[in-house]
Amino acid sequence: MSGKQQSELLLEVSDIHVYYGAIHAIKGISFDVRPGEIVALIGANGAGKSTTLNTIAGLLKPRSGSIRFKGENVTGTPASRMVFKGLALCPEGRRIFQQMTVKENLEMGAFSRPNTEIASAMEDVFTRFPRLKEREKQVAGTLSGGEQQMLAMGRALMGKPDLLMLDEPSMGLAPILVEQIFAIIGELHAAGTTILLVEQNAQMALSVADRAYVLETGTIGMSGQAAELLNDDAVRKAYLGH
Amino acid sequence: MWNTVFPYLLSGISVGGQYALIAIGYTMVYGILRLINFAHGDVFMVAGIVMVYLSASGLPLWLVIPMVLIITALIGFVIERVAYKPLRSAPRMSVMISAIGVSYTLQNLVLYVTGGLNKMYPTIPGISETVMVMGAKTKMVTLVTPVLTLVLVVLLVTLINKTKIGMAMRAVSKDFETSQLMGIKINSVISATFVIGSFLAGVGSILYFTNYPTVIQTSGAMPGLKAFVAAVFGGIGSIPGAVLGAFIIGIMENIIKGLDVILFKSGLISAPLGLSTFSDAFTFALLIIILIVKPTGLFGEKTTDKV
Repeated sequence: MSGKQQSELLLEVSDIHVYYGAIHAIKGISFDVRPGEIVALIGANGAGKSTTLNTIAGLLKPRSGSIRFKGENVTGTPASRMVFKGLALCPEGRRIFQQMTVKENLEMGAFSRPNTEIASAMEDVFTRFPRLKEREKQVAGTLSGGEQQMLAMGRALMGKPDLLMLDEPSMGLAPILVEQIFAIIGELHAAGTTILLVEQNAQMALSVADRAYVLETGTIGMSGQAAELLNDDAVRKAYLGH
Repeated sequence: MWNTVFPYLLSGISVGGQYALIAIGYTMVYGILRLINFAHGDVFMVAGIVMVYLSASGLPLWLVIPMVLIITALIGFVIERVAYKPLRSAPRMSVMISAIGVSYTLQNLVLYVTGGLNKMYPTIPGISETVMVMGAKTKMVTLVTPVLTLVLVVLLVTLINKTKIGMAMRAVSKDFETSQLMGIKINSVISATFVIGSFLAGVGSILYFTNYPTVIQTSGAMPGLKAFVAAVFGGIGSIPGAVLGAFIIGIMENIIKGLDVILFKSGLISAPLGLSTFSDAFTFALLIIILIVKPTGLFGEKTTDKV
C-alpha cells in the first residue's frame, strides 16, 4: 500500500489481537474507514464487534497490531485522549448518565471542547434531534429507549468527532424506532459524518452502509460493498435469516 | 429548661460541623471509588500533629494554618497514588485492606515521631478564646465551626454542580468507562476528590482539636468513626446527607451528654442516672439501626453493592 493511500484513510486497523485475560477475543483483524463513509461491522453475538470498537476507542489495549487514526499511530492511547483527537464512541447499551438532565448529558459530551463551543454544538444537536430540545431539562433516566439512544448519539456528536462509532444503536428498540435511528444515521452520513457502525441487525446496517466487514469469532470472514453483501447468499443465510 | 439545654445544643452543633467536615471526605471517596477510606480519620489526626509541629517551629500562625491545610491535602493525594491507585482493577476488598494498612501506618508513623506522648495543641487566636453566648460559656470555635462548615459545604456543592471538574466528578461517580469516552481523566478526578476530602478534614482538624488540650496518634479514631457513621446515616455517597447526618449525630451526642443535668433540672429525676456514658454508644446504636432499617441512609441511592 503506498503512502498516499494510507494518508487518505481516516482509520486503519492492522492485525490487532485483543485479550480478556486468557481469552483471545480478537484474533488479528484488519480493516479501514475512509473519510465520509459508513462502514458496518456485522456478526453474531460474541463475534468481537464491541471489543473492536472499545479497542479503537482506547478502552482496551491490543496485545499486538496497530491502529492509525488520521494518519497517526494511536495504538494504546487511552480513551480520555482519543476524544481530543476527534474520535467518539456511542457505547453499547447507550450508557447515558441516568441521573443527569438531557442538557447535562450533552454538556458531558462536549467535555473535550472549549466552553465557548458548547452552545453552538448543542444547537446543532437540537436541530438534528428536536425531541431532545423538548426534553432538555428532563432527567435522562426518564426518557424512552429511543430518546435515550438519540441522547447517546447527540452526546457523541457534541464533541464534533471526525469519526463517530456507533455500537448497536438499534439494541432493544421497537422496529419503528430502529427505522428512525437508521434514518438519522443516513442523515448524519449525508451531512458528511464518517461512521463506523456495529450492528447485530445486519439487514438495517447493510442497507445504510457503504462497505461492511463480517466478524466471526474474532476474525473477519467476509468484506465488501454493503450492497453486494446484502445479496450474498452466505451472508443472507447466516445473518439475514432468509 | 432552655438555659440548661442550650449549651449542649450549641456544642452539639459545633461538634456536628466538625464531624461534617470529616464525613464529606468519606462520602466523596465512597461516591467515586465505592471505597470506605479507613485512613481518613488518621489523615485528620495527622493534620493535628502537623499543626503541633509547625506551630512549635515558630512560624507565624497565618502561615502555619494554610500550610497545615496544604500538607493535609497533599497527604490525601499521596495516599491515593501509593495505596489505592495501583489497586484500581483489583477486587474492592483488596483496596479496603490497603486502606486499613494506611490507617495503621499513619498511626505508627505518628507514634514514632511523637514517642506516643500527648502533644499540646496550640491555641489559635480568634477561635480559642472563651465567649459568653446567651448565658452559655463556650469557645469562639463553637460559633465559628457551623458557619465555616456551611460556607465550605456551599462552596463544595457549587464546585460539584457548576464547574467542569465537578461535572467530571459526577460523571466518574456513575460510570468510569463512559466518563473516559467523554475525555475525562479518571485518575485526575480521583486525585482531586482525595485532595478536597483531605483539605476539609484538615479544616475540621483545626476546629476539632481547638476544643481539646492535646493530640495523640489515636485521636483520629473516634471522630473518624463518628463521621463515618454520619456519612452512612446520611446515605453514603451523598454530601448533603453526610452534613445533615453529622449535625444530627453531633447534637444528639451532646444532648445525651447533658441528659442527666437536663432531666435533673427539669425535675424529672431526683438523682443522676449516668446517662452521659451512653453518648458514644448512641452513635453506634444509631449505625446498627440505620443498617437494619434503612441501609441506604437518609439520602442514599439504592445500590446492590455490598462491602
